[in-house]
Amino acid sequence: MKELVKKPVLRKGVGLVAVFIIVQLLLMTGVMNDYYFATLVTICINIILASSLNLITGFTGQLSLGHAGFMSIGAYTCAIFMMHVPPGWGVGAFLAGVLLGAVAAGVVGLLVGLPTLRLRGDYLAIATLGLSEIIRIIMVNLDITNGAAGLSGIPRFVNWIWLFVFTAGVVLLIANFINSTHGRACKAVREDEIAADTMGVNTTRYKVIAFIVGAFSAGIAGALYASYFYVIKPDLFGFLKSVDILVIVVLGGLGSLSGSILAAILLAVMSSLLQSFAEIRMVLYAVMLVAIMIFRPQGLMGSKEVSLALLKKFGKNLTFKKKRV
Amino acid sequence: MAELSIQKLTKSFGGLMAVSNVSLEIKNGELVGLIGPNGAGKTTVFNLLTGIYEPTSGEITFEHDGRKTRLNKLKPYRISKAGIARTFQNIRLFRDLTVLDNVRIAMHQNAGYGLLAGFLHLPAHALEEKKIVEESINLLDIFNLSDKKNEMARNLPYGEQRRLEIVRALATGPSLLLLDEPAAGMNLGETAQLTETIAQLRDRFDLTVLLIEHDMSLVMRICERIYVMDYGSMIAEGAPEEIKANPRVIKAYLGEDVANA
Repeated sequence: MKELVKKPVLRKGVGLVAVFIIVQLLLMTGVMNDYYFATLVTICINIILASSLNLITGFTGQLSLGHAGFMSIGAYTCAIFMMHVPPGWGVGAFLAGVLLGAVAAGVVGLLVGLPTLRLRGDYLAIATLGLSEIIRIIMVNLDITNGAAGLSGIPRFVNWIWLFVFTAGVVLLIANFINSTHGRACKAVREDEIAADTMGVNTTRYKVIAFIVGAFSAGIAGALYASYFYVIKPDLFGFLKSVDILVIVVLGGLGSLSGSILAAILLAVMSSLLQSFAEIRMVLYAVMLVAIMIFRPQGLMGSKEVSLALLKKFGKNLTFKKKRV
Repeated sequence: MAELSIQKLTKSFGGLMAVSNVSLEIKNGELVGLIGPNGAGKTTVFNLLTGIYEPTSGEITFEHDGRKTRLNKLKPYRISKAGIARTFQNIRLFRDLTVLDNVRIAMHQNAGYGLLAGFLHLPAHALEEKKIVEESINLLDIFNLSDKKNEMARNLPYGEQRRLEIVRALATGPSLLLLDEPAAGMNLGETAQLTETIAQLRDRFDLTVLLIEHDMSLVMRICERIYVMDYGSMIAEGAPEEIKANPRVIKAYLGEDVANA
């Protein structure tokens, strides 16, 4: 067992399998009812959205306010595809739909990224904001998307297995990317673009790659959303949705993947705990966010990742404090 | 054989001629100094050489391993790939990354695995990463920085940040190293040590070095040839002894009266 714990890859694998089995057991025994499962779906979709936006904004330093736009492309592409193929396709329709949605979002990411990523900071934020509005307005005006009323009756294929596969898959791929020379190139762009360029990093290439990977993943999140919640309409993917995703990223810590995951879970839990205070729910939610930002402006995790070393350090601090008391 | 050749290089910002009609040649393995009063255009020459600015006119060619490259319109990352590395006068480290990451990023262009291996952590990834870390530590060792490898770059003392800039430049695997005021802000002892290190580096890594420096003890001690700039133009070129005696240089630094006296 000790040998297992020593290898980081195996450790990660054991952790993931454990999460999968625990949730599966909860589902089978009926402890996790439909309501809880819907929350879990939201959490997983938010984890994908936040991790992918973190790659763009936290790791590569490009402020994007249009993430919901990519999500909506994934959602609509997947939904329209699934509703037009013969029912005989079964789960194949779903998988092909997710892939198609992700690729469509990625292609739009590429087309939009090439010209806009020349802009910096505030300008890029405005350009991406405009982009997501354009996408929303196209969805409102097309016939195939059924306008403002949106699409309903999308076949539901999302169960815990697919949810787990896609969420874990996206997070692992992004984590791998970040822990490679390509991820370091992205971080160099964030730190100092001129220095990065001079040290041999093709800065435009890496900004575009981060943008495409981010858009592709957001497309997956959108497709999962469409195939679980039956109904999609353009309003769901407006500016506020983009801001929601950005809130998760900033709260978790720009440049920390585990921070994004933690924040996605925390916010979902917070929001369901506040269900009983319906009238002042949004007020309390906002107050909590403000409080967290005052006491931890760098986000929950800063730019650190959850690791055994960090947990040990944390544990040491705790015992140290106890002794002093 | 000239490794670096600059012909009639000019750069104007609107009406201001920051660099005008500058020519310069550096042979393989030489250690050359570029000096001049503040605002003479020395750093602008570096920025033109590394592709941060595009020349208004003139030619820059770089020859290495029999490959001739025209640098005029190249992006900085291509120039880095061709074999030119630099340090910055106003330190430009990746401040919020570790010392090791700063060096590893500079090795990016020579990392031998693609995007797919990066995403999937294929065996090539582990193999190359191991090599990158080893080489980075070796370089950091030369500058006594390896025990600080996990420190954030911004937390290093000033002198060590300057040294890390040199390590980072070396990590790109250059054949021509451009040093922009490497001794700025260093005390006498540190400068003397740095002078030795630069001379040793050239032999060890088979480098050609062009350095901008205001500290004359360093320049006169190690540079084989010196170019002098003033108001954007090249006013003198020669061995250290000739430069010391050149009336135009004395005039540029000390003024008309002293030169005539």
